[in-house]
Amino acid sequence: MTKNIDITLKIWRQKNADVKGGFETYHASNISIDMSFLEMIDVVNEQLTLDGKDPIAFDHDCREGICGMCGAVVNGRAHGPEKGTTLCQLHMRHFSSGDTIVIEPWRAKAFPIIKDLAVDRSAFDQIIVAGGYISVNTGGAPDANAIPISQEIAEKAMDAAACIGCGACVASCPNASAMLFTGAKISQFALLPQGRPEAALRALAMVRKMDELCFGNCGNERECEVECPKEISISNIARMNREFFKAGLGSAVM
Amino acid sequence: MQLDAKIPSGPLSDKWDKHRFELKLVNPANKRKYNIIVVGTGLAGGSAAASLAELGYYVKNFCVQDSPRRAHSIAAQGGINAAKNYQNDGDSIWRLFYDTIKGGDFRAREANVHRLAQVSNHIIDHCVAQGIPFAREYGGLLSNRSFGGAQVSRTFYARGQTGQQLLLGAYSALMRQVAAGLVTLFPRREMLDLVVINGQARGIVVRNMITGEIESHAADAVVMCTGGYANVFYLSTNAMASNVSATFRAYKKGAFFANPCYTQIHPTCIPVHGTYQSKLTLMSESLRNDGRVWVPKTPGDKRPPNQIPESERDYYLENKYPSFGNLVPRDVASRNAKAQCDLGKGVGETGFAVYLDFKDAIKRDGKDVIAQKYGNLFQMYEKITASNPYEAPMMIYPASHYVMGGLWVDYNLMSNLPGLFVMGEANFSDHGANRLGASALMQGLADGYFVIPYTIGGYLVGMDRPEVTTDHPAFKDAVHYVTERINKLLSINGKRTVDDIHRQLGHILWEYCGMSRSEEGLLKARKLIQELRGEFWENALVPGSSEDFNQSLERAGRVADFLEFAELLVIDAFERKESCGAHFNDAYQTEENEAKRDDENFCHVAAWEYKGDDTAPELHKEPLVFENVELTQRSYK
Ligand SMILES: Cc1cc2nc3c(=O)[nH]c(=O)nc-3n(C[C@H](O)[C@H](O)[C@H](O)COP(=O)(O)OP(=O)(O)OC[C@H]3O[C@@H](n4cnc5c(N)ncnc54)[C@H](O)[C@@H]3O)c2cc1C
Ligand code: SF4
Ligand code: FES
Repeated sequence: MTKNIDITLKIWRQKNADVKGGFETYHASNISIDMSFLEMIDVVNEQLTLDGKDPIAFDHDCREGICGMCGAVVNGRAHGPEKGTTLCQLHMRHFSSGDTIVIEPWRAKAFPIIKDLAVDRSAFDQIIVAGGYISVNTGGAPDANAIPISQEIAEKAMDAAACIGCGACVASCPNASAMLFTGAKISQFALLPQGRPEAALRALAMVRKMDELCFGNCGNERECEVECPKEISISNIARMNREFFKAGLGSAVM
Repeated sequence: MQLDAKIPSGPLSDKWDKHRFELKLVNPANKRKYNIIVVGTGLAGGSAAASLAELGYYVKNFCVQDSPRRAHSIAAQGGINAAKNYQNDGDSIWRLFYDTIKGGDFRAREANVHRLAQVSNHIIDHCVAQGIPFAREYGGLLSNRSFGGAQVSRTFYARGQTGQQLLLGAYSALMRQVAAGLVTLFPRREMLDLVVINGQARGIVVRNMITGEIESHAADAVVMCTGGYANVFYLSTNAMASNVSATFRAYKKGAFFANPCYTQIHPTCIPVHGTYQSKLTLMSESLRNDGRVWVPKTPGDKRPPNQIPESERDYYLENKYPSFGNLVPRDVASRNAKAQCDLGKGVGETGFAVYLDFKDAIKRDGKDVIAQKYGNLFQMYEKITASNPYEAPMMIYPASHYVMGGLWVDYNLMSNLPGLFVMGEANFSDHGANRLGASALMQGLADGYFVIPYTIGGYLVGMDRPEVTTDHPAFKDAVHYVTERINKLLSINGKRTVDDIHRQLGHILWEYCGMSRSEEGLLKARKLIQELRGEFWENALVPGSSEDFNQSLERAGRVADFLEFAELLVIDAFERKESCGAHFNDAYQTEENEAKRDDENFCHVAAWEYKGDDTAPELHKEPLVFENVELTQRSYK
């Protein structure tokens, strides 16, 4: 049955990358607990608009937890308090009347703020450009069943491939490391026979790019795994390191 | 004007080979000289941009999201079809072709659909080579599932995230070409106009969504893959940014809009629960493989589902359609759900829902098997509704989901404007009046990986084009028009938010132009839309400025276009005086309440030409000729 709550919001407002930002306080009353978190912000924005104020900028698109576009730090936690949940899939039933909710953008050197809660994550694209693919052109592929792949391996690759590129791992890491994101992509391909031929080169290129883009190092804090909305396992980082190490040893490819 | 679909002559199964042979080839050394604009990075746009760059063309690729990987294709759950016949259950290219033609209620072009079925197998091969982790059997071979409208198991899938995996595959291929220097990405750009010079598409004008700058880009050809317009209904399963603006602007520049009234209502979505709701969530159709749809036999029965005994449940799809049962096509499933609710048998708080029950499947296969197949969907359902589908049946209701209508294209996927190619959901070509599940992903990738790489070459060497730069007056005019319109939006300064008006538009369409339509209702809708459009331009409130990251302005531009486009949709629905597939006019139905076609008078594509803001659009008909299949009354009994 529907129920409504009243909450206080402290939201980070920042006009653009060049100016300083700060928290503003808003009161949202009569919020249905069946609303998603983003629908709650919609409601606040409708009111701000009618009041002649600038609505809060925030990225979002699918609102189904799959595009990876949404994300903010809610009460200190990337994507909010629910495990395995993106911000768009977080519902207000997890909050209570009278709560104060603090909402901030991802904070990382590699993700500059565009406006309010929206940040620039194009660094992730650059990591993929560095080697996040299998080099096949359209047209020449053999029959799809030519190489059997055990169900176990396929499932493991799928676990890694489920990453939505949201950036929560970077935002929740004390060092703003992109290891979970990068490790997931490297693992997906390293696990599959199709991806083996380039596995070493790929790991080398992607890891180097990551360093170049000002992402920090992994300090084994495991915050990323805890906050990842797709529950990507930290074992992917170990696999990446193994591939990277192997690549380093085979100096011919360096 | 007679529309020429340029369908190659000869037997159906030889057409594509013959055509590929006859198309002129571009000298490999010359390919780099050609600039191609691809708008959209979904399955269609991403695969096209990557494949064209692999051939050596220089590609500029645009999208509205912050990264090409976030195109709306990412949200597709269920799967992708191919005629591999790996299950040995009687599938073939011909059967996939036939099912698609029949599913579309005989309102698609035979030649296009046959080509789609032919290339479907290559898609799966290519995607596996790209490292897409499709579901597999214990023996290591690919696994399949069934989808609505088919009696064979031909759908390939990656858990409930097939669209995501296919898109990430295309995205990887695209990024590889970015690395090679052949693709330049332009994310966070919204196409606001098409530039036509000497009757040829020569470029686009976009808004940089971060700075607000209006940018011009010239090219030898423009490939639009901007997705569908289901958001004209306000609530839909599409992503928030899905829009009609790009295709509608092209329409206003002379491209014909085909069959806008063919809009698909998907039967299995999470029901609406409040006015604040911003979108509807699809529960993949694959769930109908194992879930059984039912309502209580007695209208108004409000007992919780578990207290309603078997004998008092009506498994209405299984009863009415014994051979397809829960796997009837979408339009049939949706209309039947609505009919049950109209009889007062709907369930849940609002009465606008039916049950989708997994109890028997769990009993038969065990919870683990069901969890492996649908785990993430069940989880998503529980997150949204706080109800556990392993224990209580899901509640579902139809929602606006997909559009078969789109810009008119010929066999080469080129619109009536030379140099403008349209692919994926943005064109009208392959699904007739109703799309079967798992066929949109197939079409998007067929268009991008396997059709455009051939057909664009034929155009580029086959037609002379003058040298053109963005200094051409046509670009200046387009920039001027776009800027004026933005300024106009920002200066309305009224009292209603854009979302509020959009919501009202959605109500009008859902009520009068949704799952069933009538002439009276459509006339009413047209008037209401005109009034609402008037109100928008007088009373909308669009805050902020143009030189800024201004999401309200973005939405306002899209809604302004929806308000114009909605009228075209209603006009098209009104003119099609028959029922076919998803277009159901109450006045035309069989005794069994199925869509009743009028093949004598409406076996054509309706392609609309823009004639000015205050002039009615002009209808052009492309007759559909069926040489290989017999037109029958669809039956799924
Ligand atoms: C929830 C859901 C589930 C689905 N499940 C399935 C399924 O299981 N199987 C199946 O076959 N089909 C499914 N479909 C349908 C299918 O996903 C889509 O039809 C298909 O992915 C569309 O691909 P596309 O490339 O044409 O467009 P999209 O993926 O929508 O891409 C559009 C692109 O165009 C860009 N764009 C749009 N407008 C502009 C503009 N004005 N300026 C610049 N760029 C612009 C966007 O940024 C984006 O990059 C599903 C659809 C939904 C909504
Ligand atoms: S690893 Fe997890 S947190 Fe990081 S980008 Fe991928 S989905 Fe987001
Ligand atoms: S909006 Fe797509 S993941 Fe949240």
